[in-house]
Amino acid sequence: MRHDFLDRYSRQDSPLHRVSAEAKLACAFGIVALTVAVPVTAVPYFAGLACALVAVTLVARIPFGYLGRRLLWMEPFVLGVGVLTLLQPEGWKVFLGIVVKSTLSLVTMVLLANTTPFAEILRVLRRVRVPGLLVTTLALMYRYLFVLVDEGERMHRARAARTFDQRRWHGWTTLATVVGQLFVRSTERAERIYAAMLARGWK
Amino acid sequence: MHIPDGFLDAKTAVASTALAAAGVGVALWQAKRILPARQVPLLGVTAAFVFAAQMLNFPIAAGTSGHLIGGVLAAVLVGPGAAVIVMTAVLVLQCFLFQDGGASALGANILNMALVSVVTGYAVYAATRRLAGGTRGVILGAAFAGWCSTVLAALCCAGELALSGRVAWRVVFPAMGGVHMLIGLGEGAITALVLIAVARARPELLDARTEMTRPGQALVLGLIAAVGLALFVSPFACGWPDGLEKIAGNLGFEHFAAEKPLVSAPMPEYGLPGLKGAWVTPLVGAVGTLTAFVLAWVLARTLTPKKES
Repeated sequence: MRHDFLDRYSRQDSPLHRVSAEAKLACAFGIVALTVAVPVTAVPYFAGLACALVAVTLVARIPFGYLGRRLLWMEPFVLGVGVLTLLQPEGWKVFLGIVVKSTLSLVTMVLLANTTPFAEILRVLRRVRVPGLLVTTLALMYRYLFVLVDEGERMHRARAARTFDQRRWHGWTTLATVVGQLFVRSTERAERIYAAMLARGWK
Repeated sequence: MHIPDGFLDAKTAVASTALAAAGVGVALWQAKRILPARQVPLLGVTAAFVFAAQMLNFPIAAGTSGHLIGGVLAAVLVGPGAAVIVMTAVLVLQCFLFQDGGASALGANILNMALVSVVTGYAVYAATRRLAGGTRGVILGAAFAGWCSTVLAALCCAGELALSGRVAWRVVFPAMGGVHMLIGLGEGAITALVLIAVARARPELLDARTEMTRPGQALVLGLIAAVGLALFVSPFACGWPDGLEKIAGNLGFEHFAAEKPLVSAPMPEYGLPGLKGAWVTPLVGAVGTLTAFVLAWVLARTLTPKKES
């Protein structure tokens, strides 16, 4: 897995990337909260926000193609739940409101993720007194996420290269073995990480 | 089951965030007191493991595939208290990096998938495991707990959506409940299979972790999960008065709900469309639970190694 496929553009340089992470985080959360709270009839607000988000994308030099792909990736989740609203009288109004609101919020969060490195977000979380254990867990998770996903994929590929059994149940049991083995390796890795952390003066 | 932005109204978002914060706070506070320092990296690495495990797709049928959610798996592997922290970390990272689950619905998602799923799943696991000893008990417990926790988390999610006035309960309940009764079967099976694999490689990993949660903490977490279910599911399922509306009114944060629900208040009418009567929901629930339990039992029987050591 490419290490930067989630927040590919978060480390480039632009006026927006130089803004402090605190401001961006507060801004993004404010926008999401406001977008969720305003009535669906506030069309000027939604139009204005859409224009503002386009401007931000331009300033931050994030390609529209990338933004579109991220949206395309996430939109099925929105539509999947949203479609339930269509099953009731006047449901299309609710549906439209939900899709507009969640799409705008989604774009906001994609822009946040791609203008702010995750380490910066963690720094802000620590600063606003999120308990240290949770921040440490998040930091370690972010650090080893890519390592473990790669390890899992490697084991999965090795398994696929060696077994030719097409029976579904057999596939499940072998894949579950891969997951189980991944956990065993993860705990062993955690022990090594702990030793390494101690060696570097962590307490 | 990740709720995106825009699906919850203010009162539901505030209430679920408060409950989630309370639950995660209890788990963190306890972990700080009793978690040995050498286990701290394990939390982060386990969170990364759950994330990695979610990316491996299990083929189902006709080209579709499903993946693990991991609440019960994490609860069994690191204990319920630590699992709450692990699943919270997974959800926070998914929200910030993947935009999977909305920022305003983060509290609700944590409540459903890190608290209700983990705590109820672990309770069912601990209770069921005793019915059959040894490895068979672990498989039976994990498979049944995987199903129960998935369905309960989905019901909590459905309750939040219905309470927000976006989707009527009689639409969202059969849809979410029904789909997740099927998804839960997969979740239960995968959880059990993974646990057997772990038991084969490092059997001591399965027993060592419960020390990381104290009974008192488990009780408090269970209470919070129960309050969540009572708040979001019971108003619809039992026809009790809408507790949250009342609390919202009393505390005066009703006016935050700027948007009037476009759909008239979700009707306390239960059951599948076309089927009338108050007995339908409990009946479907009972039959589903029984079926899941029998399937878990069959799974445990077929998968138990012939010679147990």
